[in-house]
Amino acid sequence: MNIPTNYVVALSAVLFTLGVVGVLIRRNAIIAFMSVELMLNAANLAFIAYARAQQQVSGHIFVFFVIAVAAAEVAVGLALIVTIFKAKHSIDVDQVSSLKG
Amino acid sequence: MTPDLILFLALALLAVATAVAMLASRSAVYSALFLVLNLVTVAILYLLLNAAFIAMVQVTVYAGAIMVLFLFVIMLLGSQQAAVGPDLPWQRTVSLVLGAALVALMAYVLLAGSRGTVLTAKALMEGFGSPQAVGRVLFSEYMVPFEAVSTLLLAAMVGAIVLTRDERREGR
Repeated sequence: MNIPTNYVVALSAVLFTLGVVGVLIRRNAIIAFMSVELMLNAANLAFIAYARAQQQVSGHIFVFFVIAVAAAEVAVGLALIVTIFKAKHSIDVDQVSSLKG
Repeated sequence: MTPDLILFLALALLAVATAVAMLASRSAVYSALFLVLNLVTVAILYLLLNAAFIAMVQVTVYAGAIMVLFLFVIMLLGSQQAAVGPDLPWQRTVSLVLGAALVALMAYVLLAGSRGTVLTAKALMEGFGSPQAVGRVLFSEYMVPFEAVSTLLLAAMVGAIVLTRDERREGR
């Protein structure tokens, strides 16, 4: 496929912004967390676009590592959300405004 | 308009639409399913951008494993988790203004950075982005980071188990 790299990077920028808006707009912790995944995904898309333009496989390796780290982050993040839900019986992000036990 | 461009625009539109639907839907399950659609669309874009291996990793790890974990937690917490208080009065406006500012900034950087010249991909070498090509680099140049990531995954697994452990049953 022959499409300008700039178009792909522009799409990645739009998806990243939607992720940022999602984190700001939603108070449900799980949906805010999914928006973070959207942002990671947008960054990956930019990596792939530039890897193709520069003919560097290193870009693909970085995306591979980002996906692996995202998997680890999701495991720990969801465990935290479950723990918070057990303590507060809500996953509204405003419920976690204090660090009291 | 070449067929390539039409295909790209259709996929881009689908990706943006699923992302917006993810943010807009009230139910967390619908949000998760829209995110799966979004991730699969981006995986197809990876295929079109000669990243076959990464596209498959995206489908199996992201759209498969990670989203199953999300759906599992949504089901585990049940419908109670929908009980989120009303939005703050200024939250939506401020978020949209900040989002628009971010789009404007990135558009400026993209347009000013390229100075009108459009980056197009050169003719690619044979097998670029194939599992063989990626694996050869991964297991030679990036061997140490690869092992570090496996340790990180182990640490995350142990961390998740410790965090969700039921402490009241410790006394047995």
